[in-house]
Amino acid sequence: MENEQLVVSSSPHVRSESSVSGIMLDVVIALVPAVIAAAIFFGIRALFIIGISIATAVLTEALIQYLMKKPVTINDWSAVVTGLLLAFNLPPTAPWWLVVIGSAFAIAIVKQLFGGLGYNFLNPALAARAFLLASWPVRMTAWVQPGADAVTTATPLAILKGTEAAGQLPSLMNMFVGNIGGTIGETSALALLIGAAYLLYKRVINWRIPFIYIATVGVLTWILGPDGAFTGQPLYHILGGGLILGAFFMATDYVTSPVTPLGQIIMGLGCGIITVVIRLYGGYPEGVSYSILFMNVAAPLIERYTVPKKFGEVKSRA
Amino acid sequence: MGREVKRGKDDRGIMNVKTVTFKGGIHPKYNKELTAAKPIRPATLPQIAVIPLQQHVGAPCKPLVKAGDDVKVGQKIGEAGGFVSVPVHASVSGKVTAVEPRLHPGGQQVMSVVIESDGQDTVDENVQSKGDIDKLSGKEIIDIIKEAGIAGLGGAAFPTHVKLSPPPDKKVDLVIINGAECEPYLTCDHRLMLEQTDDVVYGTRAIMKALGVSKGIIAIENNKPDAIATMLEATSSYANIEVMALKTKYPQGAEKQLIKAITGKEVPSGGLPADVGTVVDNVGTAVAIAMAIKTGMPLIERAVTVTGRGINEPANLMVRIGTPFSELIDECGGFSDKPGKVIMGGPMMGIAQYSLDVPVIKGTSGILVLTEEEAKPPQVQVCIRCARCVEACPADLLPLYISRYALAGMYDKAEQYNAMDCIECGCCSFECPAKRPLVESIRLAKRTIAANRRKAG
Repeated sequence: MENEQLVVSSSPHVRSESSVSGIMLDVVIALVPAVIAAAIFFGIRALFIIGISIATAVLTEALIQYLMKKPVTINDWSAVVTGLLLAFNLPPTAPWWLVVIGSAFAIAIVKQLFGGLGYNFLNPALAARAFLLASWPVRMTAWVQPGADAVTTATPLAILKGTEAAGQLPSLMNMFVGNIGGTIGETSALALLIGAAYLLYKRVINWRIPFIYIATVGVLTWILGPDGAFTGQPLYHILGGGLILGAFFMATDYVTSPVTPLGQIIMGLGCGIITVVIRLYGGYPEGVSYSILFMNVAAPLIERYTVPKKFGEVKSRA
Repeated sequence: MGREVKRGKDDRGIMNVKTVTFKGGIHPKYNKELTAAKPIRPATLPQIAVIPLQQHVGAPCKPLVKAGDDVKVGQKIGEAGGFVSVPVHASVSGKVTAVEPRLHPGGQQVMSVVIESDGQDTVDENVQSKGDIDKLSGKEIIDIIKEAGIAGLGGAAFPTHVKLSPPPDKKVDLVIINGAECEPYLTCDHRLMLEQTDDVVYGTRAIMKALGVSKGIIAIENNKPDAIATMLEATSSYANIEVMALKTKYPQGAEKQLIKAITGKEVPSGGLPADVGTVVDNVGTAVAIAMAIKTGMPLIERAVTVTGRGINEPANLMVRIGTPFSELIDECGGFSDKPGKVIMGGPMMGIAQYSLDVPVIKGTSGILVLTEEEAKPPQVQVCIRCARCVEACPADLLPLYISRYALAGMYDKAEQYNAMDCIECGCCSFECPAKRPLVESIRLAKRTIAANRRKAG
């Protein structure tokens, strides 16, 4: 009978066009402006590090999946995203072997060891950065000024904190375009915001985590100023360091942030508070990475306590 | 998607109508242009009509005829099997050849009356006008509706007279006539509002009278500006009937979401619309009620959208209950190519058929034929926790978790995550970039939880 070949399945019978690889590719596209900014400010060396990091991430993912006899899923672009984000978190002076170790660690230990995409409980790029920072603290904080001659410098946050050699704070305009010392991908707020706007427009991310995160940091650093209440410099705290990169591209990582709307708000708040505490009162000048990692660990718990009220719940109790 | 163009039309045509909606939902491709401009034409009478004794939610009918009996159009051939049940009627005149189990579009074998048509289409003597609603009491109207075998024509086929008989402690003060037609592809309700406008209004008035309610709202998605304009005009002389425009968004026509959009009230979890003083009926149901009162003809035919890229000439047809799907497909020029999927209803909640040898029933709003390419099952990937299902869920659930527990067989956990509040609209599965079977597995959990509850007694 002709009908024997009809497909029978449970509804719905149509699906949206979205796909995992499409989402990951959108993240890569959104990071391209920052790649260009890195090339402009830190030169060809930045591209070299980005290239090594991506290649290592993809190869590590393929190798591990092959060895574990799992389907190789490198065409979903998620390893590319991890490689790119890790490179963004490294100083432009990082030697090639540091990049390879970090990238392989991110994929092999943080992502695949816990079950691969969707199961890692920490952001792979950030966990790898923390690992590198703990292992090679000097190499991971060897900042240079933008430009070809690689003059060593301090980051704006380090200057604000006064822990390192007192330097001159760069102008806000230089901080906005990215003409300052810092990691490869974090310095240009302008380039990152262009990418963030793209992700918001494509609905890959929503406003909750990044906006609340940045607003929390801005408000708290303003209030908790060095010379009493409301004497802080929120704009330096927002534009300096990795806040823009972290808020839009790392804290919003699907796998390691809550799926509930209220949970996402708490995630943004928590990241903001911890970042400020580390920056103002902790031993490090920068706290974005650790705050996001900490909230990654808390995400499942946050989620459990923020299950949305189901439709029609209140009135059933009346 | 053409949404912008249509929005422009709204502003012109329905300036004085406010647009309302609910939280969540999705914007699928609507594909209504295949049939939206096609007037409803009568389908050829079936040579053999197969009339299942269960086409509604509730108890099956008891057959009133046996093989060899002669029947006429509109004659009652199955008696309601209880209060939550409605009778069925002969949709053609001719001879009963069998009363036996036949394949039902729901997928199971159902006891059915098989009638061989004599081609005469002779109407039963008992089919007589019931007079004017102004002279009928509410109780009489409800009896007429029950005897006419009317069950919700939107697709769920819940007996209408039951909805119109809320328990005395529930005060109903609003009737909503559902003309949202949010399912993609379907346009039969749209056409009914354009072509049988007065019947929609008449049916609305009958429902209001049956419930003793003084306010009626006809709610229509704003992708049908012509229907909104037509209904506005037709209701202009009735001060107590309002036309309301709804934002075009699926599942805008889902009962609870519709009530929320219009009244701002949430039907309590596990409750009924009457709990918030509302009764919702489909426009097709309103038309059926108008026919039952005006002409006395019970529900023996309905408007069906036969559509999809897998069919040659998509159309809106007025179809006798019991007509096989295969005849309607032939009537619409046959398959355009090898068909991939044949669905009763729309693409979001419709039921895929494995045989075309099934009859049109009271809940058949459409027959959708997808091409082989469209019907290809998607490749399922792992959940990346993107939360699109959470954002889309109109019931405010966490589909990813209910599904995870359902697939792991942990039904008690699925229940804790409110599996039973799922309305099975399919928004989660539609949105999922990993193409996971979210609503499919939640449905499984619901069935299992319900079965366990019954067992526990």
